[in-house]
Amino acid sequence: MYVNQYLILAAALFSIGVYGVLARRHAVLVLMSVELMLNAVNINLVAFSSAIQDVSGQVFALFVITIAAAEVGVGLAIVLLIYRNMASPNLDRVHEMKG
Amino acid sequence: MLAALQPILAEAAEATEHAEEVHHAAAPFVHRWVWLAAAIPAISFFVILLFGKRLPRKGAESGLIAVGFAWVLAVWAAIEWIGGDGHAVHESVRWFTIGGGKDIEAGTFVDGLTVMMLVVVTSISLLVHVYSLEYLRGDRRYTYYYAALSLFTASMLLLVVADNLLQLLVGWELVGVCSFMLIGHWWEERPNSNAALKAFLTTRTGDIGLILGVVTLFFAAGTFDIESINGMALNGEITHLMLLAAASLLLLGVAGKSAQFPLHIWLPDAMAGPTPVSALIHAATMVVAGVYLVARTYGVFFEGFSIEDGGINPLALAGGVTLVIAAALAFVQNDIKKVLAYSTVSQLGYMVAALGVGAWTAGVFHLFTHAFFKALLFLGAGSVSHAAHHTFDMREMGGLRKYMPRTFVTFWIGTLALAGIPVLAGFWSKDEILNGALEGDYQTILVLGLVGAFMTAAYMGRCVYMTFYGEYRGHGHPHESPGLITWPLMILAVPSLLIGLINAPGILWFNDWVVFHVAGAPEFHLEHHDFNVVLAGLSTLIAVAGLAVATWIYYLQRAPKGLIQRNPAVRGLHTFLEQKYYLDHIFVTGVAGGTAGPVARGVYWINQRVIDGVVNGVGVVTQRAFAPFTYDVLDQRGVDGAYNGLAAVTGAAGGALRKIQTGFVQRYALFLFAAVVAGGAVLALTN
Amino acid sequence: MGPQNVAFGIIAAAMVLAALRVVTTRNVVHAALYLVVVLAGVAGIYVLLAAEFVAWAQVLVYIGAILVLLLFGIMLTRAPLRPSTELDNDQRWAAAVVALGVLGLFVGLLVDAFGDEQFEPETATSAGDVGEWIFSVFVIPFEVVSMLLLAALIGAVVIARRDD
Repeated sequence: MYVNQYLILAAALFSIGVYGVLARRHAVLVLMSVELMLNAVNINLVAFSSAIQDVSGQVFALFVITIAAAEVGVGLAIVLLIYRNMASPNLDRVHEMKG
Repeated sequence: MLAALQPILAEAAEATEHAEEVHHAAAPFVHRWVWLAAAIPAISFFVILLFGKRLPRKGAESGLIAVGFAWVLAVWAAIEWIGGDGHAVHESVRWFTIGGGKDIEAGTFVDGLTVMMLVVVTSISLLVHVYSLEYLRGDRRYTYYYAALSLFTASMLLLVVADNLLQLLVGWELVGVCSFMLIGHWWEERPNSNAALKAFLTTRTGDIGLILGVVTLFFAAGTFDIESINGMALNGEITHLMLLAAASLLLLGVAGKSAQFPLHIWLPDAMAGPTPVSALIHAATMVVAGVYLVARTYGVFFEGFSIEDGGINPLALAGGVTLVIAAALAFVQNDIKKVLAYSTVSQLGYMVAALGVGAWTAGVFHLFTHAFFKALLFLGAGSVSHAAHHTFDMREMGGLRKYMPRTFVTFWIGTLALAGIPVLAGFWSKDEILNGALEGDYQTILVLGLVGAFMTAAYMGRCVYMTFYGEYRGHGHPHESPGLITWPLMILAVPSLLIGLINAPGILWFNDWVVFHVAGAPEFHLEHHDFNVVLAGLSTLIAVAGLAVATWIYYLQRAPKGLIQRNPAVRGLHTFLEQKYYLDHIFVTGVAGGTAGPVARGVYWINQRVIDGVVNGVGVVTQRAFAPFTYDVLDQRGVDGAYNGLAAVTGAAGGALRKIQTGFVQRYALFLFAAVVAGGAVLALTN
Repeated sequence: MGPQNVAFGIIAAAMVLAALRVVTTRNVVHAALYLVVVLAGVAGIYVLLAAEFVAWAQVLVYIGAILVLLLFGIMLTRAPLRPSTELDNDQRWAAAVVALGVLGLFVGLLVDAFGDEQFEPETATSAGDVGEWIFSVFVIPFEVVSMLLLAALIGAVVIARRDD
């Protein structure tokens, strides 16, 4: 199989994730888009790991999965806090840093 | 540096492998499986922790069975060793590999010293387990107590069978944790938890030296394996400077754990724990871990401190100073356990001094005998307290020999053994130490040892007379303790009486069984000195004199009355001793307070007066001399004009650019990704 | 066209479509479910690449844990469970342009770099191989990640705690 088929798939997922991060209003949807991006990266890592027969890529992918889990945990805690303070999960209500 | 280590590493590996092959073939079963003795109590720890409260005897049965099993293994190992060919058995497995390809191993090393320690630890632990059944009956944390006892036994056994310094370190730290747990067993009372903290922090301070010492040896020898390190040290493959450094650092750890001056301060406070704990940990086993370490790695100390040269060396000095200073402190204690605690510190000083003068077998033998009679004395003190209104203050005791005959007799046996009266255990071991000092050309240590012997007999006599003779001064109704308490006392009295004889002149069994022998340096022998009748007679005379003085003052009550109140010199000395040489004051107020208070104040003064003075002075000069012209012309018109203009421009630009900062994070992200795309495109197209 | 390529085609198509639906759907819960499809597809890709342990971990951790967390987040923030028009913000067209730009950049670079290179995954890497690497060469990152998880756990609790 072609190396590129996996890499381009990953690139597609990544771009879709970018769109989601930028365009979605609901905080949890933004987190989902971030997960899309992370998975794209993981596909890249594992594809290369398989292509050059080096296990390090898979080890890195595992670490990325772990870190993604931690990030979602903390991210959701933050989302909860935003929801509590702004009474809405929409991110365009959060502009304390304006100016 | 690693490249230089390679040949040493290779040689050490070869030597160890060859040694292992030879010994493996003929090694008895129990010596290869001796790690079970440490594993079974460890399992018991988890069993008690998880199921203890639901068991019929609340977890005590698990501890008893486990320690009993370990005791059987220990005795079996001892029998096999005595009947064997005297070759150490070394088993090890690869634990993990660190960068650079170096394997770290875990394993066991069984020789005479190991077997002796196994017997001591398991015997005393077993007796303490039995004793605690009665002593801690109904205690608020009975189950956790037995769990901690199991863990302690397992850790101590792990330390004792360790074949490499890393494993020994693990056991060392674990027994420190158990000691903390057990001293603070009744932590609801603030003094108890303070004592536990003091013990832990003091030994931790010493452990800095220990860890640095272990690391030094690793870099010097390329391995943690103790046998290899000893071999290399004795063969001259490690430089003297490295050995000296390593020995000095290790000595720091030994001073902490084995309560040598000035890190001995924790041991008397540790008496806040239950008495069986004091007997097990702070008399017979944990505190001797430091002595054991020195005995185990004796090649390093022997070469590093040049012990065969005589005169003085740090090891002998530490031991000699400790034994005398602690003995002096034992005189002014009114708490029976504190007397015994200082006595333990003093006897540890004897052991360390013995190792310092080259009398290896004597020091180890004293460790062996001391474990038995000191445990006996502590358990006896517990019996006294248990039956006499739970006090340890000797001023509230007296006349107890009428009420507690068995405790009375066994306590006397322990005292005579400790004082070094002939035939009893302490006499033989202490005498060998003095002999070693004499023959090894360490006259100072010999003198200190004899003075210490006098003081030992005297303060123990004081202790016995205050507790058991005279009229009862307390508030309770004293009675003999139940069997579970008195049986261990009677059992321990037997070795206190007789076990010294196994190394009596003409018999010398101990000398044959427990030898310092390194496979890598087979020609190294420590000299054995023949029994010196004159010295033995002298030490006996001195001990009897000490007992006589104690009898005169405390039994016959013939001392000048009120001497302490009347004579200022005596009172000063008494206060000095009562305040424990003001060491605690020195540590708390001096070291800790001094850093916080005076040093900080001093630095602040320097800052305020000196540094700020200079800065202010420069400011004043500048202001007077240069100010007017600089201010009016340069600053107001020239520089300010430029700055104001710049500020105005920046302000305007900022106002314009501020519109980008919408506070809306996704907008920022948009710009970010757009910039990435743009930048990436530029890079891609230009390459 | 071997079976692997067919499988890849199907999985890839499903993934991309599902991902597009994640970012365009007007129902939040549907977005989460489409995300499940994407994540499962990723696990399938891993299996195709003979990385079985990572695939298993992907299913367990992502779908089993992270997705559940996200669903909890949806529930706790009282997201509109019916279709809603409010889910996209004002800069969606600019975002689409930027996303297309990213895609174009990547595809261009990848085609330029790798072209027609091919490979065959030879032996399946077992959990043992991965484990061996983690616990020897990568043991320090492993420990650090453990501490990071602990910190994240504590941090999440501290952040989300009610102040009363």
